[in-house]
Amino acid sequence: MKEAFDVAIVGAGPAGISAACVLADAGIKTIVLERGEYPGAKNVSGGVLYGHDLARIIPDYVERNCPIERNIVESRIWYLSRDAGYSLGYRDSIFATDRKHNAFTVSRAKFDRWYAEQARQKGALVVPGTVVVDLLRSERGDVTGVLTGREDGEVRAKVTLLADGINSPLAALTGFRSEPKPEEVALAVKEVIELPAEVIEQRFGVSSGDGVTTEVLGAIAGGMDSVGIIYTNRSSISLGLGANLADFADYKLKPYELLEAFKEHPMVAPLIADGRPLEYVAHWLTEGGYDAIPELYGDGYLIAGDSAMLFNGLHREGNNLAMASGKMAAETIIEALSRNDVSRTGLAGYGKKLADSYILKDLKKYRKLGGFFYHHKELFDQLPRLATSAGREMITVNGVSKKEKQKIISRNFRRGMPVLKLLRLLWQGWRAVK
Amino acid sequence: MSMKIEDKLFLDRFKVADESHLRIIDGEKCMAECPDQPCLYLCPANVYRREGDRISVNYEGCLECGSCRIGCPHLNVEWRFPRGGFGISHKFG
Repeated sequence: MKEAFDVAIVGAGPAGISAACVLADAGIKTIVLERGEYPGAKNVSGGVLYGHDLARIIPDYVERNCPIERNIVESRIWYLSRDAGYSLGYRDSIFATDRKHNAFTVSRAKFDRWYAEQARQKGALVVPGTVVVDLLRSERGDVTGVLTGREDGEVRAKVTLLADGINSPLAALTGFRSEPKPEEVALAVKEVIELPAEVIEQRFGVSSGDGVTTEVLGAIAGGMDSVGIIYTNRSSISLGLGANLADFADYKLKPYELLEAFKEHPMVAPLIADGRPLEYVAHWLTEGGYDAIPELYGDGYLIAGDSAMLFNGLHREGNNLAMASGKMAAETIIEALSRNDVSRTGLAGYGKKLADSYILKDLKKYRKLGGFFYHHKELFDQLPRLATSAGREMITVNGVSKKEKQKIISRNFRRGMPVLKLLRLLWQGWRAVK
Repeated sequence: MSMKIEDKLFLDRFKVADESHLRIIDGEKCMAECPDQPCLYLCPANVYRREGDRISVNYEGCLECGSCRIGCPHLNVEWRFPRGGFGISHKFG
């Protein structure tokens, strides 16, 4: 490939394709390099996408047959011990009407392929099956394109956008972002389990086309800092479990065995009963939060999406941050090219755009949260055990007075977790999210 | 009935390259200096297996998450992406 481009984008995920759409719309000569056999072939997410950020790139995405699995009308949070649990849900009819597609599930292998096709139709060149193995640099060190694994693999470009996701050996090699430490990522495994659409609608109590997301916290991964997901797709359920990577090594637990145990939890098993597993995948989530975000731009390059560690774990927002940051990167590139200045100074608008947006504001708000979970393992072990033993005691009708039951619960709590420790936990938890 | 990792990987679609994209840099180190061998636990595809006095690398089923690369306490794993178009191809993702 001896051809020169205005912009080379590494990775055909939500960040890269969003940027490609905006750039192609502005008539800028753009190439997207994707290592997978097709866009989406290597990509994983829980599966929730947000209409707001997608509509800012493709306003008529519904008419263009965006492959939506289910429109989310209810979000649940569970807090589980090993054999019991609390459930809290919020359902709102507005998400089936006026705010339809606020959130919806997608299969990334289908969605990313569709999304890349939109970029192609706008004029971007999307090349799958191509690994970027290095960056090209001028003598001064400016990034001047990428080197792919193909023969004659140099692709020259005025600007390079790195949107290659969280697992990036390219980042490590070129030093544009340091390798994450094990405690800075969560390793998540996910299984897609096939069930007939009507069965899903019955089990989750939703109408045709509507769906539910469930975030699961508590003692679901042997006491590790962990989270589970149960998301409804059209005719399958995505069941996932992630835990801090450092914990996997410390606790000597295997991800796939934990996933199996999660599937057998009494609150999970009935939802997936008689389902047929279709696929098993693994991926990282960034746990580092605001403080793990690298330098987001430099001479001739920018970084967007997961590659820039933009992920809000608490609100399970990643795809939208990728789309929004990809769009901002593209807008910055358009400005820089028109001024003919793609240096660090010329691209500095990107940093300002991100800082002024909800992206960095949200991540800054929750900057202490990752550390809070990691350092308070009692949230994933003692606390759910005590909480469900309290629930069990109060719900059981056995002739014991409620006053006496309260005493039993309070004694259990004091024994299981000193009052001061509980207060400190609440205080630090509040400080991490306020 | 609990599902084994072999059966999970059997669900996935792989286009296996002839050459491994994963390599243990110094196999001696795994035995001499790494009593915990966390790669045996944290790899979600059971790529790393203890075979006698060595660790074998079964790259064919690699899910390409990167965990072994940063999770190895000695950073003893050389990790590249499989050649373009090779490795796992998600049907659902």
